[in-house]
Amino acid sequence: MADVKPRIKLDKKEVAKGGVIEVKTLVSHTMESGQRKDKDGKTIPRKILNKFTCDLNGKTIFSAELESAVSANPYFQFKLKPEESGTLTFTWVDDDGSKIQATEQIKVA
Amino acid sequence: MRHSLNRRQALTLGTGAVVATTLSLRAGPARAAKNNTDEAIKAFTRGKEPAKGKVKLELPEIAENGNTVPMTVSVDAPMTPDSYVEEVMIVAEGNPNPGVVSFHFTPSSVPEANTRIRLAETQNVIAVARMNDGSVFSDVRQVKVTIGGCGG
Repeated sequence: MADVKPRIKLDKKEVAKGGVIEVKTLVSHTMESGQRKDKDGKTIPRKILNKFTCDLNGKTIFSAELESAVSANPYFQFKLKPEESGTLTFTWVDDDGSKIQATEQIKVA
Repeated sequence: MRHSLNRRQALTLGTGAVVATTLSLRAGPARAAKNNTDEAIKAFTRGKEPAKGKVKLELPEIAENGNTVPMTVSVDAPMTPDSYVEEVMIVAEGNPNPGVVSFHFTPSSVPEANTRIRLAETQNVIAVARMNDGSVFSDVRQVKVTIGGCGG
């Protein structure tokens, strides 16, 4: 999964204290639901991203638990109200335990 | 999965669901779940009956493609360390499994999130929000699905 590069878009990277940053994330993943069958009638095992977290300087400020009813190539749009400048770390956890990660720097004036 | 319903049956079911929703809108989320949605909600609310209000679920009335239905959920909460939304759970009554997605918010995030979800058929989608004081709120939307999002 190391070759997956998530797309992350912040509407701004600098905000005044109390300001809001809108985040959009998109990552490529089939999100195999475990409901589909292959051509021999065998169920294709579930393989999804089951967790998404957004950390600021190591502290989780937004997270989501995903089930198989989240569409392929999971997209999230959410808003942060950061208290301090630092590194935003975005992490997706796969059913197989592997992780997809990306970071962004933000400034809070 | 091959859908066993033909178009006519699906339409009949859809009409039934509309009636059911209309009847049950005043009484909270519809009580006609095909999967164990009710149990999932109970586990989430720790047995409490969710009240109306505060949480708002936005979904299209008609989804042509059930594989990717845009969904926005927002909660009216001050998001201070004393009063904030802990978690919002989205469940779907007509999917093979009730769970869709749950969002965890903190005082450093705005209680609003958007994602794209799969809906197997026309059904009710329910959002349940749990505040940090344990109170629970819910909202329900019916989505008519033209092509199910249950895979192949």
